Amino acid sequence: MKALRKFLDKQKPHFEKGGKFEKLHSTFDSVETLLFVPDKVTFAGSHIRDAIDMKRTMIVVFISLVPALLFGMWNIGNLHFLSIGQPTDLWTSFFYGFLKMLPLLIVSYAVGLGIEIIFAQIKGHEVNEGFFVSGLLIPMIIPPETPLWQVAVAVAFAVIFGKEVFGGTGMNIVNPALTARAFLFFAYPGDMSGDKVWIAEKLDGYSGATPLGDALVGNFDNLPSPYDMFMGFIPGSNGETSVLMILIGAVILLVTGVGNWRIMLSVFAGGIVMALLFNLWGANEYMELRAYYHLLMGGFAFGAVFMATDPVTATQTTRGMYIYGFLIGVIAILIRVFNPAYPEGVMLAILLMNVFAPLIDHYVIESNIKKRLKRMKTLVTNS
Amino acid sequence: MSTSYLIKKGLDIKLLGDSEKSIVEYAAKRFAIKPTDFLGVFPKMMVAEGDVVKAGQPLFYDKNRSKIIFTSPVSGTVESIKRGAKRKLLEVIIKANDAHDTVAFDVPKSGELTREVVIEQLLASGLWPMIRQRPYSVIANPADKPKTIIIPAFDSAPLAPDYDLIVHGHGDEFQAGLDVIKKLTDGIVHLNVHATLTTSKVFLNSKQVQVNTFSGPHPVGNVSVQLSKLNPMNKGDIVWYLYPQDVLSIGRFFMTGKPDFKRVVALAGSEVLKPVYYKTAVGACIDGLIKGNVTKGENRYISGNVLTGEKIEADGFLGFYDSLITVIPEGNYAEFFGWLLPGLKKFSFSKTFLSWMFPNRKYRLDTNLHGGHRSLVMTGKYEQVFPFDIYPMALLKAIMIEDIDAMENLGIYEIDAEDFALCEVIDTSKTEMQSIVRKGLELMRQEMS
Repeated sequence: MKALRKFLDKQKPHFEKGGKFEKLHSTFDSVETLLFVPDKVTFAGSHIRDAIDMKRTMIVVFISLVPALLFGMWNIGNLHFLSIGQPTDLWTSFFYGFLKMLPLLIVSYAVGLGIEIIFAQIKGHEVNEGFFVSGLLIPMIIPPETPLWQVAVAVAFAVIFGKEVFGGTGMNIVNPALTARAFLFFAYPGDMSGDKVWIAEKLDGYSGATPLGDALVGNFDNLPSPYDMFMGFIPGSNGETSVLMILIGAVILLVTGVGNWRIMLSVFAGGIVMALLFNLWGANEYMELRAYYHLLMGGFAFGAVFMATDPVTATQTTRGMYIYGFLIGVIAILIRVFNPAYPEGVMLAILLMNVFAPLIDHYVIESNIKKRLKRMKTLVTNS
Repeated sequence: MSTSYLIKKGLDIKLLGDSEKSIVEYAAKRFAIKPTDFLGVFPKMMVAEGDVVKAGQPLFYDKNRSKIIFTSPVSGTVESIKRGAKRKLLEVIIKANDAHDTVAFDVPKSGELTREVVIEQLLASGLWPMIRQRPYSVIANPADKPKTIIIPAFDSAPLAPDYDLIVHGHGDEFQAGLDVIKKLTDGIVHLNVHATLTTSKVFLNSKQVQVNTFSGPHPVGNVSVQLSKLNPMNKGDIVWYLYPQDVLSIGRFFMTGKPDFKRVVALAGSEVLKPVYYKTAVGACIDGLIKGNVTKGENRYISGNVLTGEKIEADGFLGFYDSLITVIPEGNYAEFFGWLLPGLKKFSFSKTFLSWMFPNRKYRLDTNLHGGHRSLVMTGKYEQVFPFDIYPMALLKAIMIEDIDAMENLGIYEIDAEDFALCEVIDTSKTEMQSIVRKGLELMRQEMS
């Protein structure tokens, strides 16, 4: 470690202003701070600081995604071998899925981090850790057979137009990972929907429809059992099928305090309330679908736990979080049931509420301001 | 009449190196008054290097408010007048002599004291700067009539001095001080004690004041927190505040006619070998306290507490308003994969390090920033250590863009930089919040005057 530190210290001057590799300063800096928490000390304000930093926060989110990621890899392989009629053992399935996911992960990280580093260099700041998580999220919310060039284009679009044009991590309005997903969905609908894309290299004869796809066309008899949906033995985007694994991730996020329980809880609450309302209405078969099915199908759980809770694009006030989460749940189910063009509504619901989050915060804060002005007024009238 | 208030939000940071409850005499050789301790003061010198001064003799005055003068805490010679960039006055250093000469004032008997006389005497003796005002935390304006006066009788910050110990045996002087302070306002003088930690009869039996009981985690001892419960600040309100040792000084002055700058200072922190209390005076040089009394290695010396104190050198001086010297290790080391390790011994408000499983651990914390500056990303965390009906992030952002109306609407008059100290500590993005808030308050002060 000491030798490594010495080596870094020796190389550092080359990357500083005026050095040989001045243009690679951000790259060097990101590697250096990855290896070592910097030796910077406090100079103003509090003399002691919490050990937490952005890297720690992001690694916790990363870890919370791992169960769903590993399960997703296995599920890709398992479904593939099932579809060709040759069920096989756990490790073969996992390895097959691993090889399917790996290129997606590599492309996502290479393109995303590359752009981040270039922007950091141009703007002269440190490389933000935000993409550390986005880069993992993106491969997890797309179908296994998404062409790599599409992933690259989507990631580039998301990082540049979803984030960097606003000023980088912390300034963006919509969630970058969902921006990439939405880009793919609207730009290449053929590769993103239907019942052909969800199982890797499947035989044509095997039905590859997701539960949502079945529900959309009224194939309710085809729906998998709640147990299968909860465990995740169903076709779907790479990392989003297993509610169980997502809940393990949720527990990690909540115990560490990195994820916001208010948002998670209210997304689920909004979803179940809307589904129950539909049950009462009962105008068609989809509306009569048992409410909890909605929480198990598609990307609902994944969106609630990992997407809606993104602190940058969510509401920032406590009361705002309840409203924001609840509306995501409501709108997601609304889109599912009412809109024939979109089998899944979670992505659009979150993106929509991302845009409205500042407005919700504005009104919550406005009420705080009104309270303050009222206190002052009563004082003036009393005296 | 007594009321109790409970604060729920906040954080007690448990540090090693609490002071033992005994007081030792400390005769410092040099003393300094630092104009930088007084916000908004533009100092004009009244003495030159080499001048002999008595305790209570003017050293400089505030050009903006010429009635406010700053006097020498001891008798001695003006050793040097230290200036920084742009000739900014940093320190007026006095070398103490053994003469113990003090300027004598002709103070009227307590029966004849009026508000005007009290103000006049406090201004002339140089004790007036001990009284500060909210908003802005500047020295009180003698022309104002404060709505109330607040005296926090306990400090909730990490390693804070125990005022019970400091006032022990000085009940008469403390009461004399309160009697004088009562003359300054038509409103109530609030003496705020801690529900369990304050046991001293000096505080609990005080007269002329309303004793309020507070409990909860830090920042329960902060003036703004207590104000938010007792008397929420509105635009235009002015409240004065001072601390128990200032009350003692004022009391002694009106009892004897001699300006009193005595201070009991706690020496604390993980790097102090024998942390105890020292009896000295305002502005004492700390070199004698720490010589042979701190661990070897690079240390950070702080006048005040670890959250809001001022960094000073090993031969620096106690701040005018401080009753605590903290010594903690510097943290200028790079830690290999520090963000990845389990972190059993790392202090964090979050539960992202395994240390949360040991809630009672006391920490030896250093000054490492533990990360790099980032944009504000995490939300909902500051509110957990910020016990006000204010949205901290919204207020911070309003200050950053210098939106005066928004700052006012979001409650800037109700807080001070120190109230953001805990937010600053737990901040993932390592934002210098206290500096931001201080700038915002200064901007408001200039806009309003």
